[in-house]
This record gives sequence, C-alpha cells and structure tokens, in this order.
Amino acid sequence: MTTATAQLGRLEHTMVRSPGFWGMMLLIATEAALFAYLLFSYFYLASMATSPWPPDGPPKLDLVLPNTGLLLLSSGSMYWAESGIRSGRTARLRVGLLITLVLGAIFLTIQGIEYSKKTFSPTTHAYGSLFFTITGFHGAHVFAGLLMIAVITVRAFLGHFRQGAHEAVTNVSWYWHFVDLVWLCVFTSLYLSPHFG
Amino acid sequence: MATVAPPLPTAAQDQRLRRIWETKPGLFGFFGTVDHKKIGKRYLVTSLVFLLLGGAEAAVMRLQLAHSNQHLVTPEQYNQLFTMHGVTMIFWYAAPVLSGFSNFLWPLLIGSRDMAFPRLNAYSYWTFLLSGLFLYSSVLVGQSPDGGWFAYVPLTGSAFSPGLNLDFYALALLFLTISATVGAINFIVTLFKLRAPGMSINRIPIFMWGTLTNSFSILFALPALSVACVMLYLDRRFGTHFFDAAAGGHPLLWQHLFWIFGHPWVYIVVLPAMGIVSDALPTFCRRPLVGYTAVALATVTTGILGFGVWVHHMFATGLPPLALSFFSAASFAITIPSAIAVFAWIATIWTGRPVIRTSFLFMAGFIVLFVIGGVSGVATAAASFDQQLTDTYFVVAHLHYVLIGINLFGVAAGVYYWFPKMTGRMLDERLGRWNFWTMFLGFNLGFFPMHISGLLGMPRRVYTYPAGLGWDTVNLITTVGAFLFAVGVLLLIANLVRSRLTGAAAGPNPWDGPTLEWAISSPPPPYNFAVIPTVGSRHPLWEDRLKEGARTVLAEGPTLDQEKTTLETSPLDAVLTDVLRMPEDSLYPVLHAVGLTAVFYGLLIRSTALSLVGGILVLALTIGWLWPARRELEAES
Amino acid sequence: MSRYPILPALALAACEPSPSYLRPSGYVGDRQAALGWVLLLIAAFVIVVVSALVIAAVYHRRPAASGSMRATGGLRWIVVGGVAIPAAILLATMVYSMVVLAQTARASTAPALTVQVTGHRWWWEVRYPGTESSEVVTGANEIHIPVGVPVKLELSTGDVIHSFWIPQLAGKTDLIPGQRNLAWIEADRPGSYRGQCAEYCGLQHAHMMITVVAQPRGEFTRWLAAQRQPATAPTDGEALVGRDLFVRSACSLCHTVRGTEAGGILGPDLTHVGSRRMIAAGTLSNTPGNLTGWIENPQASKPGVIMPAIPFQPNQLHAVVTYLRALE
Repeated sequence: MTTATAQLGRLEHTMVRSPGFWGMMLLIATEAALFAYLLFSYFYLASMATSPWPPDGPPKLDLVLPNTGLLLLSSGSMYWAESGIRSGRTARLRVGLLITLVLGAIFLTIQGIEYSKKTFSPTTHAYGSLFFTITGFHGAHVFAGLLMIAVITVRAFLGHFRQGAHEAVTNVSWYWHFVDLVWLCVFTSLYLSPHFG
Repeated sequence: MATVAPPLPTAAQDQRLRRIWETKPGLFGFFGTVDHKKIGKRYLVTSLVFLLLGGAEAAVMRLQLAHSNQHLVTPEQYNQLFTMHGVTMIFWYAAPVLSGFSNFLWPLLIGSRDMAFPRLNAYSYWTFLLSGLFLYSSVLVGQSPDGGWFAYVPLTGSAFSPGLNLDFYALALLFLTISATVGAINFIVTLFKLRAPGMSINRIPIFMWGTLTNSFSILFALPALSVACVMLYLDRRFGTHFFDAAAGGHPLLWQHLFWIFGHPWVYIVVLPAMGIVSDALPTFCRRPLVGYTAVALATVTTGILGFGVWVHHMFATGLPPLALSFFSAASFAITIPSAIAVFAWIATIWTGRPVIRTSFLFMAGFIVLFVIGGVSGVATAAASFDQQLTDTYFVVAHLHYVLIGINLFGVAAGVYYWFPKMTGRMLDERLGRWNFWTMFLGFNLGFFPMHISGLLGMPRRVYTYPAGLGWDTVNLITTVGAFLFAVGVLLLIANLVRSRLTGAAAGPNPWDGPTLEWAISSPPPPYNFAVIPTVGSRHPLWEDRLKEGARTVLAEGPTLDQEKTTLETSPLDAVLTDVLRMPEDSLYPVLHAVGLTAVFYGLLIRSTALSLVGGILVLALTIGWLWPARRELEAES
Repeated sequence: MSRYPILPALALAACEPSPSYLRPSGYVGDRQAALGWVLLLIAAFVIVVVSALVIAAVYHRRPAASGSMRATGGLRWIVVGGVAIPAAILLATMVYSMVVLAQTARASTAPALTVQVTGHRWWWEVRYPGTESSEVVTGANEIHIPVGVPVKLELSTGDVIHSFWIPQLAGKTDLIPGQRNLAWIEADRPGSYRGQCAEYCGLQHAHMMITVVAQPRGEFTRWLAAQRQPATAPTDGEALVGRDLFVRSACSLCHTVRGTEAGGILGPDLTHVGSRRMIAAGTLSNTPGNLTGWIENPQASKPGVIMPAIPFQPNQLHAVVTYLRALE
C-alpha cells in the first residue's frame, strides 16, 4: 500500500475500523434479528397455548447449566487469544484458539447428549418443534463459529497474524462472542423462563 | 449555462488505470467480473426481464377476468398465475431493480472506484439470478407456487398443498434473502466507508438515504421472512407443528412473521424510488431539492415506523379492538413523512424552472400516483373500514398504485435520467413521450377502476365471477387499461433497445446535473474517477451558480494509479482514513452461488446427497474465498 | 335503495344489484359505509388538490431568469402542506374511525340469536344451536336471520382460513383454525344479502358464496320451526326410488338427510335442500337442471371441488333429483 499512500500526503489516524469489521457487525445485527424472531415465535405460541407449556414441564437444568458455563468460558478463552495477538503474542493466540475450539466442541457434544435424553421430538408438538429448531439454529451457529475458528487456527499456525495485522481474528472473535450472547438469550427464554412461569 | 468541465484523465493515466480496473475479456471476465457498473446493469436488465414475466402473467389474468364466467385458464392455473405474478413483481423485480440503480450509481455518486465488497456484490447478483431461475424452474414441472404471495397457512401446509409448489416458494425466498442480505450489508458499508473525502453524511444524495434505510430494513425485517419460510419448510418436509393448531402451533404465527417482514418490505421497494425522484427532479427544475434535511429524515422515519404497522394487514383476524386501534393509529401516522416528501417535490417544481423531458413527466406522474396510492392507503388504515376493504380489489388497486406508481414510475424516471450515463447514448424523447402517456393513461384506466370493483364487493384472488353483480363493466375497462399499460411498458423496452443501438451521443452531462456521476464520461471508464474528488457541497457541479462559496475539487487529488485501490473515509465527516486494496475479478462468487443452488435443489427434491455435495462445495468455496492471497500477506509483512 | 349518493363511476353498475358495502343495511354496515364515504371523499379531495398543485407548479407564471440559481426557500410548503394540513385531517379522520371501531366492535343490545358458521373448502356450514338435539338446525350456505335484531356469529373452520363477509351488513372476520372468532350482524330491512369468502382458500375460493336472508320475525320463526323438522318422507314413487338410491349410494357417506340413514358429515346437510335458493355454495341456482348437472359432473361447474361424480343411470339420476327437490 505504500506507493498509493505516498501520493496522499497525510492520513488522519484515528480509531478506524475496517470495512470487514463493519460487515461482520452488520452480519451479527441481522443474525440477532433472526434469533429475535425465533424467540418471538416461542413466546407467541407460549402465550397462545391452551394446554400446559412446556407440555412435559420445565426443562431440566442439570446438563445445560454446566454447558452454559462452558460456553461462557470459551468466550473468555477467545478474548484471551485475541488480546494476545493484539499485543503480538502469537503463542497465546494459538493456545487460546485451541482451547476455544475444544470448549466449543464439548458444548456441542453435551447439547447432543441432551437431545438424546429428551422425551419428545421436533414432531411431537409445537413446543418440541420450537425447542429443537431454536437450539438447533444456535447449534448450527456454534458449528459455523467453530469452522471459522478452525480456519483461523490453521492460519495462526501458518503465521498469518501479527500485531496490527489480525483482522480475521478480531472478526471471528466478535462472531463467537455474539454466538455466546445469543445462547444466554436462548437459555433464559427456553430453559429458565418456564421455571418462573 | 456554464458547467464545470469534467477533468479528463491523460492518456497515460487512463491506460494505467484501465490496466488495473478493466474486466478481462472472455468467459473468465464474464463470470468473474466484480465491476459494480456491469453488475448494476445486469441487475437492471434481469429485473426488467422479471418485470416482463410478471406482466405476462398479469395479462393472462386480465383476459380471464375481462368478463364474467370465463374459462380461459383453469382455477389451478389462475392460482399459480396470481401467485407467481405477485412473488415475481415484489421479490424479483421491485427490490432488485433498485439494487441495480444503487449498484451502478453509488460509487459514481460518492466518488469511489467500486463498492466496499465488490466480490460480495457479484455474489448478490448471482444469487438473485439463480434464485429467480430456481423459482421459475417450477413452471417446467407445472408446480409453481399457488398459495398467494403471502402464502397463508394452513392452506400452504402439506395437508392442503401436497405438491412441490410451496416448497419452491419457501426455498426460493430463502435463497433470495441471501442475495438481499449481502447486498444490504454492502450498501451500508459502502455508504459509511467509501465516500470521497469531504462528502460528509449531509451531502449524500437522497437516493442514498433511501437505499440506506432500505438496507437497514432488509437486515432487520428479512430474518422474519427467513424464519417463517424455514418453519413452513420444516412443517411441510418433516412434520413439525409450528402452524398446526391441533398440536400447539398457530396459523397466525405465520401471519405475524410474514407481515413483520412484509410491511417494511413495502418501504424497501419504494424508498429508493422516492430517492431517485428527489435527486432527478431538482436537475430538471434547475434548483436544489427543497427541504433536503426534512426529506432525508422523513425517509429514515418512514423506514422505522414501517416496523410498527404490520397488524394493519390483519385487521380481520379477530384481534382485540385495542390492538387494532394501536396499529391503526401508527398506520395513520406513517402518512406524514410521505406528505413531507410530496410537498418537497411540489415546492421544488413550483420554485424552480422546470424543463419538461420524459424523465420529468414520469416524475410528475409519479407524484400524482403516489398521492392516489397514499390516500387509498389511509382508507385502509382505518381499521373498521378496512374490515370492508381488505382482500377486495380496492386493496389490489391500492397496492398497484403504490408498487407501480411509486416503484415503476420512479424507475422509469431514473432510467430516462441515467440511461445516458450508463450507455453513453440518449433515450429517444419522442418515443419517450409516447412511452409516458401510454403508461400513465393505461395505468390509470386499468387500475383506478379496481378501486370501484372493490367498493362493489369484488374479492381479490377469484379466478372468475358471476354475471349480474355490476362487476363486468369495470373489469372490462380494467383489462383494456392493463393492456394499454402493457403497451406503454413495451414502448419503454423498445426505446431502451433502439436507443442503445442508435441513440444520440450523450456526453458527460446531458442534463446539466449537479452530482458527481455527471463529472465523468458517459459511459464511465472502468475506474470511474481518474482523480478521486474532494467534495465541497451537495451539488459539486452547480457550485458556480449556487454561489454558496463551496468548492469541490475535481481536477486534482489522488489518482491511485499503481494498484487496485480506493479511498476509505470516516463514517460521518468523510475524513480520509486509509487506502483500501480492492479485490480482483474472481470466480468464487458465481461458483458459490452455484453450490447454493445445488443445496436448494437438494432440499427441494429431498435429496440429502445433493444438498450435502452442494454444502461441502459451498464450505470449501467460502474458505477459498476468504483465504488471503499471498500478495495481501506480503503487503502486511 | 341507496342511502348515500352514488359516485358517477359507481352509477355504471347501478342498474345491477351489486353487493356493495356502500349500500349498507343495519347497524354495522351503516356505520362502516358512512366512515367509508367520508374517507373516500377526503381522498378524492386530496387527489384533486394535489394534482392541481402539480400542474400549477409546472405552468404557473415565473419571473424572468437570472444568472444564478435559487438555493433556498420553499420550506413553508413542507410545513403547511406536508405537516400541518395532513396532520389535522389525519387526526380528525383517525378519531372518527376509532369511534366507529368502538361502535362496531360489539352489539348495541345483547344478540337475540346465535348462529355457528363453519368454513369448509368450499362451502359454509350454518348451525343454529339448541338445548336439545331436536332443536338444532344444520344447513348450508344460507343464514336466515330476523330483521332488526343483532345476531351473534361464532366463526370457525374445518380446514383452512376463510373469511366471513356480507358486505352490506358488516366487514370481514376470518375463520381461523385453533380459534373461535365472534362477529355480529344486523339487517334493518328484509331481503337477501350476498356474501362471499374473502380469504383465498384454494382452488374454488371464487365459488364460496353465502346468502343472508333477513326476514320479519314471524316469518323467521316459521322458517326455523320448519327447518327443525326431519326430512319429509316422499310420497310419489319416483322420489321413493330416489331416496333409496341416495341412501344406498356414495351420497350418504358425505351428506346427512335427517330422518333417513344418510348421515355423512363431510358435505352440506341436505335435509331441507329443496328450500334453498342456490346449490354448490352459490355457484348455481337450485333448479332441477342445475341439480342434475351438478350431481352428474360437479367438476364441470366447480373444478377441483371435493364432491366426486356419482355414476347414476339417467333414470336413477332423475329419481335422485326428484327426491332432493322434494326436500323442502
């Protein structure tokens, strides 16, 4: 870029975010709307229900509580990795990404175990359809996040990132934090709220 | 009249820039181009083809309804026709045609060399095209969607619609949402990041305010449609119960989701068209738009209020009167921003010195049609009267005044205005007058009587009607008018084709327009601006006559002629922040879109294998697309 | 007939009786029509004024051109024309429309009669509930009501969404699976009022008509009493043959004729079909010829209808039609 910048004289250096970052933020915004509509659907059908909701009583929290903790922890490791490369520590980036990958994968596995223990399926009743679709959509987002992390992990080991040159890491970490935040909303709506109804 | 002479690049500069920006000839260039001008023109041409398809469907319907008890088509064919007509016009014509204008114009309006994400731009075109082909492949198997464009469940569930018809509907729309979403993200980032230095946010054309509002609406409204379509597909394919009242679901969930999306969509397809008029009208009135700030704010306000009126599509569903009152009041309120725009246009004409060209005629006609569509909209906002109006031909009339009056007439005005910029040739004025008057008279003759058939009690979506109800005459008039209108549209196409081949040369600024696109040659060179301008006002090319003391610099500044780059500036004040490297042409977008097509066909024919192959292809292409080129890595080290 | 001036364009149709809601009858219809006229007249006024302004804006006399361009001015247009005047008009009409909404949301007096209407593809089941089963009346596509009293309607559907609409009496109320919607109608003069399904419901949405017959109270009471009777047993020989054919053939799988073994519930109750004005949900008038054609090939006049053709011999068909015609 040096030749092009040379023509321009002075560049104003402020806190500038790249177009890629803006793009990721807008993607997150529209995905947030997607989950908002899914949760709207959940509460709408709950409010219109003429029989008990959820039909089999509030969902058990034994698996999901530790699993939620795990996902929050993965947000922490992602932050640790990203702040590492911000100060140029490549090793911390690599280790942090690997930890995040493992935590995310365990989350999905436990989610799968929880699915197998459910007494209903997506075709049992509307509640089942909502439960599996909403948690499934979230799971798909976790999976997509893990794929992104896997790619940047490979790139981290190839030495693609340095201090001041790690846009992909920053964008993926935002996405990952978003996925975790969405989980808190899903968790509160689907798992906690029936216990207070 | 004195015009600022556009600065011409030197031959050497031109050559250097062309080498960097010109799309390579041949198949690779054809499928790989990321030039926003080519993409914009493709968008325009493709959406006009969809307009003709939707128009042909309408023509058959009008023949069927010209008289009572006709049997030109079967009820099954008729139901597919009106559904495909609505879906085509609303989703594959009205919004994409505006994307076409935006794609072509935005970088030219803001003094940039391309959009923020050129390859994403190509991708949004290919997914638009392929989703449309996906939808129309339903015609080949005779199972086009037949549930109406809003596809109410349970009629559209598998119990009452067992064929592929509604699977095509749900999947094609899901496919299209991808195109619209990436397009919206691209517009927003382009607007906030790529404006030429000095072009602060209060200096952008109103058209850009319209598309900006439309893009945010897309990001927040379209997911409701996606969720609804996913649920519809899951209910149909896997037997889930989202809409099944017998198992705890509810049919009204579909209606809420659909209209939460659907009403903002109305504004998505009109706001940029209103913007076209707000920008082109001042050129022909020889003065700046009256009330720029008011119109810009009205645009944004309309987009926001558009999210609060969806229940006015559901006034007859048995909701409590309190809910009806709330949404009725909101629907009344949304009229005010539109009235502001209308009077801004009238004031601009009144206090200006109008030069009557075809484009101006379309805009004047547009204002009248806008008002008719607006006041009939107010009638439907009154909940208790809407219980009479809804689902009758009155609503059909209203929505056509809105969609044709505001969208198509605005588009036609924009075509006559910017065709010279796009092609370097003028559209024929004489043919243009014929074009306008046949369209305007045909439209009113065809669609105004629909108000009356509605008031006479004729419901919409009936494939025939009995004699003796007073509906025959108005329907015959409607059919005659519709065909006259169709002739008008064909005259537009004829003018486009003829003038493209033999039109008079346009020169850089045939209308003496004020904005940056008129400062460069027609058609623009691949690199748009040889010198990135520094903008001093809202009307860079009128500064000498407006005498406001502003000075835009067109002739000197960065040329960026070493690499494929453009300038990045700050979001509000457009202070230079960086030089952006722009991507080369690439086959990733088109291949990625093809992969998605495979996924959707797999879902349609219930072939897991095909979906899986497509999915893996999409995944691999995504990684390849985003993997940094060696050059980028080197540039960073 | 009309209580309001008919617009010239509407006059085109004045020679024919259109089911226009601008020619209302009864409490709800009257109020909605009055509101409608106000809204339409304001709309017409606004269209005329703004169109005139556009034309005047183009052609009004202007001072001679000067070298410079006008940069400002004209904002008063927006303040007055774009905000002040529309806000005043909108506020007034909004308040008026809210008043009408409140007035029409419930009946002025407690409804004297309840009728249950169920939508089917593509006909209307009409049920007059009663405390004993002998009081219950089930008919199709025709609602009889007494003049001058509000009648409550309980609306539900047997399949997809339909919308109940008698333009001259009241606006639409949808029939939605999983919920029971209430509406009410009142006719202030005797007559028959045409209605039609207003929510697209599939292939034969166009042929799903219903008629409300408003009768003086005594006449209505007699009608209801007659409908409560089981079917009259046929006396002449051919009708007897027709009854046996009807009961033994596929007809009875879908149709009920009270007092016989025919007890199907998929199609309309035919106990008093002979007394109805129309058949096939308003598609055909109830004549022997139409009835014959309908039974012979329902798909001809209503393609896609769920009723199958029954393969009767010509003489059998004649007998069945004779029987059905006698069911008054």
